Amino acid sequence: MTDTKTAAVGDRVVHKQFPAISRHRLALYCGASGDHNPIHVDIDFAKASGFPDAFSHGMLVMGYLGQALSDAFPPSRIRSFSTRFAAITQVGAELTCEGTVAELFEAGSERRARIALTTKDQHGETKLAGEAVVAL
Amino acid sequence: MVDQSAVGHRFTPVTAQVEPGRLRYFFETLGETNSVYRDAAAAKAAGYKGIPIPPTYLFCLEMLDNEKPFEFLTALDIDLGKVLHGEQSFTYHAPVVVGDTLTFSSRVAGVADKKGGAMTLIVVETAVTNQDGVHVADTARTIVVRNG
Repeated sequence: MTDTKTAAVGDRVVHKQFPAISRHRLALYCGASGDHNPIHVDIDFAKASGFPDAFSHGMLVMGYLGQALSDAFPPSRIRSFSTRFAAITQVGAELTCEGTVAELFEAGSERRARIALTTKDQHGETKLAGEAVVAL
Repeated sequence: MVDQSAVGHRFTPVTAQVEPGRLRYFFETLGETNSVYRDAAAAKAAGYKGIPIPPTYLFCLEMLDNEKPFEFLTALDIDLGKVLHGEQSFTYHAPVVVGDTLTFSSRVAGVADKKGGAMTLIVVETAVTNQDGVHVADTARTIVVRNG
């Protein structure tokens, strides 16, 4: 758990690596999330839609980033969490999620931090870029 | 093609329950081991009324208990193979824990063409309330439609 009392701008407070995303993981995530869009598991459907292969749900990738975030900050302290899906995440992607303190501020009586978040694959390509606001 | 006439379109509200078994399956799928999510006693010791949901799970709940999870696509005549997720945000106002019953009320907040009409961005905003009428969260998703 991060020592949030002493967090300073620029500190890396979120860091987690995840195993390669398998097709099996994508099939499980369909059931776990209720997102049954065949484009994530059915290669025939993906190809007919103009893609070379099935690819990950964006929300699986954001789910990993959320896991990395709540390893550092308990869910009750997370005030907001947003991402832009910068690139498609392919089967086999090995993701690294990171977050650094971008700003410290007060909202009402609460001390808060804005955390700049990224998720990159093993080639360094940014898949997600976003931010979270957490209470300290 | 989706145009400005879609703005303001409201979707059928979805009621979803935070069921422990389904949430456990989500955690298994993502390899979650954090005790606050995996151990009810640890969650209670940390001050939660029950096991809390993880940051993105509201998005799942709305789809899991939706009788027509792709209603907004069919309502707007969009092919499932043409959509990508562009952006997603969650703003949390109050805790959500296992056992809660949530209602998701969604509407189209914006439609914008990009790249000379090659893509259309659709923003859907959702207000989430619980069984006590507490406004627990707001979410917004941007869907990218590849036209043509």
